[in-house]
Amino acid sequence: MRQSFSIGIGGAAGQGVASPGDIFAKVFTRRGLHLNAYNAYQSVIRGGHTFLTMRVGESAIGAVDGHLDLLIPLNQDTADRHLRLLQAGGACLYNADTIHPGTPGEGVALCPLPVSTLADISRNKIAQNTLAIGAALSMMGIGFQSLESILAAQFRSKGSAVIEENVKLARAGYDYASQNFKPFAAPMPLTEKRYAALSGNTAMAMGAAAAGVKFYCAYPMSPATGVLHWMAQHGREAEIMVRQVEDEIGVINMAIGAAHAGVRSMCATSGGGFALMSEGLGLSAQAEIPVVVIDCQRAGPSTGVPTKTEQGDLWQMLGAAFGDYPRVIAAPLDIADCFTLMPEIFNVTDRFQCPGIVLCDLLLSEGRLSVDPAVLDFAPRVDRGELITSNGSGDGEPYKRYKITPSGVSPRVIPGVPGHTHVVSSDEHDEDGVLISDVYTNHAKRRAMMEKRMRKVEGIAAAVAPPQMLGPEDADVTLVGWGSTYGVIQEACELLREQRITANHLPIRWLVPLHGDVILGLLGKARHTIIVENNFSGQFARYLRSETSYVANGHIRKYDGEPFFPEHIVAAVKEQLAGRTKLSVPAHEVMV
Amino acid sequence: MATEIITPNTTTMADLKGRVEPDWCPGCGDFGVLAAVQKALVELQIPQHEVCTISGIGCSSNFPGFIETYGMHTLHGRALPVATGVKMANHGLTVLVTGGDGDGFGIGCGHLVHSMRRNVDLTYIVMDNQIYGLTTGQTSPTSRMAMKTKSTPYGNVENPVNPIALALAAGATYVARGFSADQKHLTELIKKGIEHKGFSLIDVFSPCVTFNHDNTVQWFRPRVKRLEDDPNYDASSLNAAMEKAQIWGEEIPIGRFFELTGQPSLEEMEPVLELGPLVRQSYQIPAEKARRFIEELM
Ligand SMILES: Cc1ncc(C[n+]2csc(CCOP(=O)(O)OP(=O)(O)O)c2C)c(N)n1
Ligand code: SF4
Ligand SMILES: [Mg+2]
Repeated sequence: MRQSFSIGIGGAAGQGVASPGDIFAKVFTRRGLHLNAYNAYQSVIRGGHTFLTMRVGESAIGAVDGHLDLLIPLNQDTADRHLRLLQAGGACLYNADTIHPGTPGEGVALCPLPVSTLADISRNKIAQNTLAIGAALSMMGIGFQSLESILAAQFRSKGSAVIEENVKLARAGYDYASQNFKPFAAPMPLTEKRYAALSGNTAMAMGAAAAGVKFYCAYPMSPATGVLHWMAQHGREAEIMVRQVEDEIGVINMAIGAAHAGVRSMCATSGGGFALMSEGLGLSAQAEIPVVVIDCQRAGPSTGVPTKTEQGDLWQMLGAAFGDYPRVIAAPLDIADCFTLMPEIFNVTDRFQCPGIVLCDLLLSEGRLSVDPAVLDFAPRVDRGELITSNGSGDGEPYKRYKITPSGVSPRVIPGVPGHTHVVSSDEHDEDGVLISDVYTNHAKRRAMMEKRMRKVEGIAAAVAPPQMLGPEDADVTLVGWGSTYGVIQEACELLREQRITANHLPIRWLVPLHGDVILGLLGKARHTIIVENNFSGQFARYLRSETSYVANGHIRKYDGEPFFPEHIVAAVKEQLAGRTKLSVPAHEVMV
Repeated sequence: MATEIITPNTTTMADLKGRVEPDWCPGCGDFGVLAAVQKALVELQIPQHEVCTISGIGCSSNFPGFIETYGMHTLHGRALPVATGVKMANHGLTVLVTGGDGDGFGIGCGHLVHSMRRNVDLTYIVMDNQIYGLTTGQTSPTSRMAMKTKSTPYGNVENPVNPIALALAAGATYVARGFSADQKHLTELIKKGIEHKGFSLIDVFSPCVTFNHDNTVQWFRPRVKRLEDDPNYDASSLNAAMEKAQIWGEEIPIGRFFELTGQPSLEEMEPVLELGPLVRQSYQIPAEKARRFIEELM
């Protein structure tokens, strides 16, 4: 089992759950520890129940699970919901004035903090949070100094008086815990490493910046808004134009306009906004103007559950916009991959002048992961494809924007270059850009244009790496997942191996192109295959079947809005290998 | 390296002639608008490769195919956001937006209002024929009350939108109305619109000879009165413009209703563009900045 330590912090929205999370994340990554954090919340600004789970350890942590070692309830509701998640050796650290946690499980310590005697609560409403952070640090065997600079940075905007007060409070909590509470059995390790802690949204925004994006626009929509926030905050320094547009129809079209003028251009949204963009996606394909669209999936349909995760948009991506056209769709495997995928997809869309979709989900978009800063490479390979940016580079022939070529790719000129004027069009057109849709439709030219565009599909497949099987070649069970299930399946495989069930894992990162032949080759050797996905109907399973005729032995699905835990998959694999079912739908045990 | 094309230092009507003849019905008002735009570009001597003409979908929106500039034929109603993207990525270009009343005041109306309040430096020429031409004659947002069209065979029961009043209310900084049969006047309005820094809306009566038998050239001719002929008209007054915008009937004002100068355009408001057109800027984030971005997370 992976050595890890899990902290849960919960309260009503507005009680300040986020800032202890930020502080702990810094404490741990500066100790060279890995972390994975997930915040379960609702679409309210005040009230409701927000529950942040942060799992920490020396090796990479691919998922959170349903166990806790430390619970910090900021209200009674949180204690009532989650006390039972504490495992033996764990502790509940709470405000003794306001919270009565009840009876915990075997070996779980109750650690009441006398908040009103340690702090002046009439002045500081979130005193309990800071006291608890200090106390927790003491119990985890972490020196106090590390906290001071983090608190200073956290409260910088509020001035030195606030910083001082919080440092004092944290110190009081730290000292109180040192004298009154038993430390955890194993102190938190310390390594030489240093990590960055970031969300998938931040990672995608930074990855796009690294890829050379110069234009970003969006309309706010959870869980994609974090991309806009990073861009808006850093756009001026990064020299990126950032715009909030009136709606998602405007967003995609504005992004296409900027791309047409010659810059790398991107936008992000969630399922509902993406639906509004779909006609624009077709424009990108038909006019052959590359644009990258991020779809951060949330639980649908319609407004759905805006703050909950799902992998339910795959078929929308596959079917977005009418007509046949080349597109690429990639699902990042984890938060680090949210960064590294961006330069790759920009290169593919630029080379093949087609739309590219990054299919992310709330779990990655709003989760937090420790990432080695070396992964955040701001000098990636940039391939802008056949782009004419100045005159004199042509072959002397009159310029034809949609020239028929063996690869299907026609050199693209940016507007402003003398001697290359032409019209790009959403209507079908000939090589010259002249419409063949109105007065003289021409079936031969239409066919030639269709075939020219669709020839790009072959080039795209060759440009993208096929999927690879992870783990032993021969295994009792082969788990197939796509996108954000990567981390949880990897850990499930380890847990299965400890239980003497060998498991391997085929994570799918590129959905289009799929490399169906490679997948068939890999799955053909498998003994028992199970497809794991966060949706009701098995969208990937159905897609794989439609592309390859492959039918898996079983399925594990979840569509309650919450992510998989490793144990969900372990239990499901066991029941399926025992022949009890072919479809497992794990129940979520954390009450959020 | 091959030899660079040296562009001629003059722009002529011949340069701007499109590679295909317009497919409009003989007598369509849009011919007059095309000629006026070409004349305006010649008179302003803007090189054709520095012009981007962007349209939506409709008879009028076929415009970019009939003028030899950089052109883009986008989606129905979406010309303005595309044009805004082009302008933001390369504000060195002169960006013209051309389309119909359905395109701009119907399906694209949301974008229109926001483009105007943003004051993005576009010249938007609407060929307003008070009908949906390309789809063979349905009612449009500017069709008059009681007008019989294919989709209102018993007469239109909805009030038309007033594009001039709408533009004034939304904060457009140049608002004009032209008449395609009054070439010289229209050419002047377009030139002023192109020269205007900020958003210009030029709503042009451009009669559809096939599907609108109510609002014909003959109907407009005796009614249109140039604001320019009134020496007392003050186009810098929003109130005066709003008042004139209400006049419709035996007399219909055309001309420059309103112009607000000195208002910064969207491009001027964006510090990122101080370094020159986005498309000419470096896209590499310097290592020092990259390091700062990463350190924030550590
Ligand atoms: C999303 C969408 N809806 C409908 C259409 C069909 N359509 C094409 S042009 C048009 C109306 C054209 O009217 P207008 O913009 O006034 O241009 P005109 O033809 O009169 O110049 C319509 C409804 C379309 N192309 N796209
Ligand atoms: S249908 Fe009307 S608007 Fe269209 S080209 Fe003919 S006259 Fe012009
Ligand atoms: Mg019309």
